[in-house]
Amino acid sequence: MLRYALSRALSLALSLLVASAVIFAVIEVIPGDPASYMLGLNATPEAVAALRDQLGLDGSLLSRYLHWLGGMLSGDFGTSYTYKVPVSELVAQRLWVSLPLALYALVLSTLIAFPVGLIAAARRGSVTDYGIMGATQLGIAVPNFWFAMLLVLVFAVNLRWFSAGGFPGWDAGLLPGLKALTLPAVALALPQASILARVMRSALIETLGQDYIRTARAKGLSRRQATTRHALRNAMIPVLTIIGLQFSFLLAGAIIIENVFFLPGLGRLIFQGITQRDLIVVESLVMLLVFAVILVTFLVDLAYAAVDPRLRRTA
Amino acid sequence: MKQLTLAAVLALTANAAVAQQDTITLGMVLEPPNLDPTGGAAAAIDEVVYANIFEGLTRFGPDGSVRPALARSWEVSDDGTVYTFHLNEGVTFHDGTTMDAEDVVFSLDRARAEDSTNAQKALFAGIASVEAVDPLTVKVTLAEPNGNFPFNMAWGDAVIVAPESIETDATSPVGTGPFTFVEWVKGDHVTIARNDAYWGDAPALAQATFKFISDPNAAFAAMMAGDVDAFPNFPAPETLSQFEADPRFTVIVGSTEGETILAMNNKQPPLDDIRVREAIAHAINRQEIIDGAMFGFGTPIGTHFAPHNPDYIDLTGLSAYDPDASKALIAEVGGVGPLRLMLPPPTYARRGGEIIAAQLRAVGIETEITNLEWAQWLEQVFKGKDFDLTIVSHTEPADINIYARPDYYFQYDNRYFRMVIDELAVTSDPAARRALNHVAETIIAKDYVNGYLFQLAKTGVANAKIRGLWENAPTQANDLTGVSWAE
Repeated sequence: MLRYALSRALSLALSLLVASAVIFAVIEVIPGDPASYMLGLNATPEAVAALRDQLGLDGSLLSRYLHWLGGMLSGDFGTSYTYKVPVSELVAQRLWVSLPLALYALVLSTLIAFPVGLIAAARRGSVTDYGIMGATQLGIAVPNFWFAMLLVLVFAVNLRWFSAGGFPGWDAGLLPGLKALTLPAVALALPQASILARVMRSALIETLGQDYIRTARAKGLSRRQATTRHALRNAMIPVLTIIGLQFSFLLAGAIIIENVFFLPGLGRLIFQGITQRDLIVVESLVMLLVFAVILVTFLVDLAYAAVDPRLRRTA
Repeated sequence: MKQLTLAAVLALTANAAVAQQDTITLGMVLEPPNLDPTGGAAAAIDEVVYANIFEGLTRFGPDGSVRPALARSWEVSDDGTVYTFHLNEGVTFHDGTTMDAEDVVFSLDRARAEDSTNAQKALFAGIASVEAVDPLTVKVTLAEPNGNFPFNMAWGDAVIVAPESIETDATSPVGTGPFTFVEWVKGDHVTIARNDAYWGDAPALAQATFKFISDPNAAFAAMMAGDVDAFPNFPAPETLSQFEADPRFTVIVGSTEGETILAMNNKQPPLDDIRVREAIAHAINRQEIIDGAMFGFGTPIGTHFAPHNPDYIDLTGLSAYDPDASKALIAEVGGVGPLRLMLPPPTYARRGGEIIAAQLRAVGIETEITNLEWAQWLEQVFKGKDFDLTIVSHTEPADINIYARPDYYFQYDNRYFRMVIDELAVTSDPAARRALNHVAETIIAKDYVNGYLFQLAKTGVANAKIRGLWENAPTQANDLTGVSWAE
């Protein structure tokens, strides 16, 4: 097990190194000079040159890459060109919006998907099942930004139960914070819940057809008992895999929802960073997300190995 | 006793209901990258700090006039090269330090220094020396007379900062203005509060919050839901009629300093031929662009000058919509090949560009449209001059002098025009300045340097009870000093 873990850790480190080189190269290649963006149409060439010098944009590509890499290893992600504060501070602030939002949406989508998937599988072929399948198909097809705007029109503009967007900060209290994240979380959760419910249904249907379920029924368990005690547990494996994937997606993929609700999250930070050519912010942020995804994969690998001893030998 | 308490509670709540509202939330499309107006060009910086947190020697009024600010008065020497500014007494920065002549010397010297990153460094280029005569008197000596100097000092880029706080002004600005900085939740809002130690008249508002909402639909929803009290530059003009019909809101339409032009690369064949540029000018139907791209908001212009400026002359006749004249000119030069039309992100450019492409096709000029991000546009068009046509709004006030820079991106090179601008720079008599401005406006209109489209309108939405917001935008600012709520 230890050897397996070490080899996975080594491949994790190598992946990160390759990712950092690719990210740096791609982002530095984009046309557009951060200094001339910041100084605008009337700037004199000397002022632009002075700013480039201050931002450290004049060194060679390799020396800047190594400087960036070395900084990250020692926990220094650099200073944002435009905001002029440390990138780590910006990211930490934004993480406190994006992370709770992703968790909130994940909890909502799980809470919706589990019972819905269970009912559909239990009543397979019934009108209820067809109704649920149709509704989840619609849930996947509806673009979440459009659904988000619909939510805003109904609950913010007409009913005035919620703000149309924005985030008061956790300093304002837990409830106002959660309230501000509710509409965005619902908008994010709907398509995820639809996918999850369908996965849940097909996984359950598959396990319900297994021999051990027949055995369980034969020894006298009711259909309900067989489902909750045996089928549900075995159906969890594909469902948990999907939930894991959805979490990385929710963390990084909320760019559009964050714009619709003007939430100060990571997605909007990346978006702003790209348009303003705040290269250091974009590079560090993308690196961080890559790290998060690779780390989740690494943990999932370890978990698989813990569950399934055969994997340890093949590694 | 119980009844008494109830009465007291009722009285209290009644009082609270009657009490004047003294906080405001303003919507802004773009978040400022930082809050130091002397170190960046972003208009969003000035939209938060100008006249609210930072003040200069002079300032712009709502009508664009230059007014006293930190300098209560000033004199010019007879030869026009020495300006003596008399500062207001008892002015302090928000950190409690005194604002005196030394701070003015520091600010101006810093802006014109060799390593200065001031986005409008040219404003300070003519300064030969700045000295503090006494704590309340500053003498600025210019290399040449400059009638525009008090105007230059009114820009947001020329505000007075303190050496004690300049290092942190980008994130936590310290100025002399009627509001102090409270907090900046990055990506969400900036809050400022009334400065009780302000040297001038105290503002009516106790607190103001600038909320950053870039998505037009989100801006609409935020106004309708009452999350935002006013949106001075509202990004969804197509919904303005809805706000007009709603008694809760007022729609504020004013003018800006933004001359929106179809810029042409004057050194790039075939645009180096004045007949081609004239043909393009006559192919453009301005009203169609204003109606189609700007929902009817905007004033046609015939030269690079703001129509609300008293020195403006209407030269739209020189480039009137005349497709036949256009076709005749194109036939004369033997046809014009496809031109590259580069469009930056704003709506006026993207929507306007498509309309212009159709108008040019009608007279036989094909265009190839490329959409660019701002950073790409700056690199390729503005710096690299690798374009034929582009659309951009020049939002700096009184900026006709950009035509005197032969290396500017549209590469107009006319020695006679430069002489007029040089003369203008050293003239302070209003009548003489007006005559020179008229000459300058006419030269560039007759040379068909660019296609002059329209003056960008400022369209805002506000709660109907708010008083005192600027209608026009002589500079990009949200001056809150005169803003209050009606009963």
